[in-house]
Amino acid sequence: MSARVLVGVKRVIDYAVKIRVKPDKTGVVTDGVKHSMNPFCEIAIEEAVRLKEKKLIKEVIAVSCGPQQSQETIRTALAMGADRGIHVDVSGKDYENLGPLQVSKILAALAKKEDVRLIILGKQAIDDDCNQTGQMTAALLDWPQGTFASQVDFQEDSLKVEREIDGGLETIKIKMPAVVTADLRLNEPRYATLPNIMKAKKKKIDTVKPSDLGVDLSSQLEVLSVEEPSQRQAGVKVETVEDLIKKLRDSGRI
Amino acid sequence: MLLSKVKLPLGVYNSALKSLRSSNGRPSCTDLVLSINSARLFASHSAQAVFDKTDAEVETSSKSSAEKKTAVLESKSFAVNMFKGQISTAQVFPFPSVLSEEQAQFLSELVGPVSKFFEEVNDPVKNDVLEKVEDATMQGLKELGAFGLQVPADLGGMGLTNTQYARLVEIVGMHDLGVGITLGAHQSIGFKGILLYGNRQQKEKYLPKLATGETIAAFCLTEPSSGSDAASIKTTAVKSACGKYYIMNGGKIWISNGGLAEIFTVFAKTPVKDETTGEVKDKITAFIVEKGFGGVAHGPPEKKMGIKASNTAEVHFDSVRVPVENVLGEVGGGFKVAMNILNNGRFGMAAALSGTMKGVISKAVDHAANRTQFGNKIHNFGVIQEKIARMAMMQYVAESMAYMISSNMDMGASDFQIEAAISKIFASEAAWTVTDECIQIMGGMGFMKDAGVERVMRDLRIFRIFEGTNDILRLFVALNGFQNAGNQLKGLQKALRSPIENAGLLVGEISKRAKRKAGLSTGVSLEGVVHPELSESGRLLVQAVEQFGAVIEDLLLKHGKKIVDEQFVLKRVSDSAIDLYGMVVVISRASRSLSQGHHSAQHEKMLCETWCIEAHQRIMQDIKSLKSSSSKQMFKNLRAISAAVVENGGTVSPHPLGF
Repeated sequence: MSARVLVGVKRVIDYAVKIRVKPDKTGVVTDGVKHSMNPFCEIAIEEAVRLKEKKLIKEVIAVSCGPQQSQETIRTALAMGADRGIHVDVSGKDYENLGPLQVSKILAALAKKEDVRLIILGKQAIDDDCNQTGQMTAALLDWPQGTFASQVDFQEDSLKVEREIDGGLETIKIKMPAVVTADLRLNEPRYATLPNIMKAKKKKIDTVKPSDLGVDLSSQLEVLSVEEPSQRQAGVKVETVEDLIKKLRDSGRI
Repeated sequence: MLLSKVKLPLGVYNSALKSLRSSNGRPSCTDLVLSINSARLFASHSAQAVFDKTDAEVETSSKSSAEKKTAVLESKSFAVNMFKGQISTAQVFPFPSVLSEEQAQFLSELVGPVSKFFEEVNDPVKNDVLEKVEDATMQGLKELGAFGLQVPADLGGMGLTNTQYARLVEIVGMHDLGVGITLGAHQSIGFKGILLYGNRQQKEKYLPKLATGETIAAFCLTEPSSGSDAASIKTTAVKSACGKYYIMNGGKIWISNGGLAEIFTVFAKTPVKDETTGEVKDKITAFIVEKGFGGVAHGPPEKKMGIKASNTAEVHFDSVRVPVENVLGEVGGGFKVAMNILNNGRFGMAAALSGTMKGVISKAVDHAANRTQFGNKIHNFGVIQEKIARMAMMQYVAESMAYMISSNMDMGASDFQIEAAISKIFASEAAWTVTDECIQIMGGMGFMKDAGVERVMRDLRIFRIFEGTNDILRLFVALNGFQNAGNQLKGLQKALRSPIENAGLLVGEISKRAKRKAGLSTGVSLEGVVHPELSESGRLLVQAVEQFGAVIEDLLLKHGKKIVDEQFVLKRVSDSAIDLYGMVVVISRASRSLSQGHHSAQHEKMLCETWCIEAHQRIMQDIKSLKSSSSKQMFKNLRAISAAVVENGGTVSPHPLGF
């Protein structure tokens, strides 16, 4: 009941938007494009809020790293039931370089500062599909991790996590403090309702800089080029099954 | 926003719907004809009342000082002034931005979740088939907060302004008009009376539960024998001997949410004693009636052409004991309550329908951009391009009207009834045309149920009928305008009686008329308020307003009070009024976009210019026909043709084959 939970919420291009690559191939077009909360982060928030509603934890903190607009994403989290928000202000060049490692450092620093017992993250973000932040955060904190969770049971000082793995489910037990990442089937996130959005206006969002947390945002990665997916090539018609087999064999498929 | 079939300030109403039902619920030719006749009668009666009232007003004011008189007559409404051939820019320029930064921020946070709900949870097809809003969706809407958008926050609602409300209703209109009616019948008319006229106790007692949707509200005015003529309702409420109750008896029909509601705003006749004469007269009083009072019953859901998801039913009151503290507003003041509720809700319809148009246009464009015929995507063909361009213009006009009016209301304007009526007429007709053209662009595909447009078309049909048919509302627009113009003319006539004292005024008026006759501008200008790039559109507007004002004056001098019976004339006057208002709102909005350097400014400029050129042409055409004597002959013909067809019970000419 006394535990505090930190949930990462990432602001990404809305899933329904058709992504366009910038002409200079340095990234994708984000100006004037609809953004929303990464769907896996919604699942993470939902899980944390449910724990709070079951009175298993005492506070849910939503954190987002990025420019000013990230606060909108935090507001959504607050409307869904998070208690307060932390906006880690990262903009300009730093924001372009912001990757899983940098975010993990920030989350790890915040986890210590806020004395949290559990970090819940989405398993990955739908923009870069990295699927690394949860793992890296656990490593930096030297905490156990329960990734790809499809069910989480709270047990005193530990968690029973059902994980979605190739070919089935794996159930593990991990000690808290811990990091959990949410898979698609963990829950169905609620909709932010208007009355809750109104109530969320009163909830606090603190803004901090990475330097306040002693986090170095430098990156060893360099983006060389961002390309559109290649166009699908036209196919050919074959007359007989024999022709098909031959074609497949010739192209080395069978 | 939507629903209760009939409503109109002036008590000018649509009786067509009503009569459709009055004889065994089956429409017949005779019923329709009767209803048209009676609508005409009601229209003229109530218009007569307006004019009589004007007499009284002018008489009293003539006794008071001249300054006071001008204060009474001066309105900042653009629509009121255009009937006088004047342009009042106060409410329309610049295009109002009424939301504070905080209000805008809050609203932007609400738009996402509401859109998401309608995209992912609500299923308009299923609602249409079920002929009710799915239970889970209904529950979701309640949790979403959609039932209490304008209820103050301290009473459990969202406390939205009219403009904020319009923005959210637009989303509803884009996705599901049946749900729109359910929500609108609840908050736009169902409990709007409590918001507008309720006392503290009534608000505290009812609004919190209504805001969360725990209780649903309905607006009960229409009766089997009382449609357009709202003053003729037969439901009665008589005070009990103990003085603590009113005993209510009567029946209401076509009540939206009638089968769902627990709280009803009911209009009934109550005997009211005139304090001065001691005479007892039946006057309309508004009541808040709870289903739990006992004696309140409703009929089965009506089978309808569209908005099937919404519940429409009869509601009956059998010796219902309504506590005296449930009188809404003043005893005997119910008519005013009813009219103000309706007048306050009309902008919402324009907003919802501009959303509908937006949705339908996307569908049409998606098809036009992807469908190949004759080796070309069909959007490359001129006939399709013209359709798409006109659809975009109509949406732009309706949307501009909706937000112009909601902003005016938020700024505290009270004389927006002409504008509100215009927006209802324009938006409901534009949405119909746009949807019809969407189906046309999609061809056979659009006619199929799966395309999802035929449902929109069915849903839309009622919007030209309820809340005052567009025909009756047209008379309302014209007569209201004439009333204002008539007041001005009366002032002028008085001035003529003492020409020396009023020399200044008269010289001005005389030279104004002389200039108009000579086809010169009377000096009204929009310079400085219209963006320079739109000066040509501004010039067309000024010219049209001046010509319009002149023809209004001519008509008043020619017909006097009898103008109320000249419906062929009134219709044309009203068409021009609608076009004039459409012009000014788009000029204002496009000017703002140009000044602010919006990325769409040049596109908006084109929408505006194109709209204004055509609207100007239509207005000139109408004015020409109002002035010409040949149109008199044409009106005569139309009247005679109609009379013969009615007389014959159908078309008159024999079959061309002779059998």
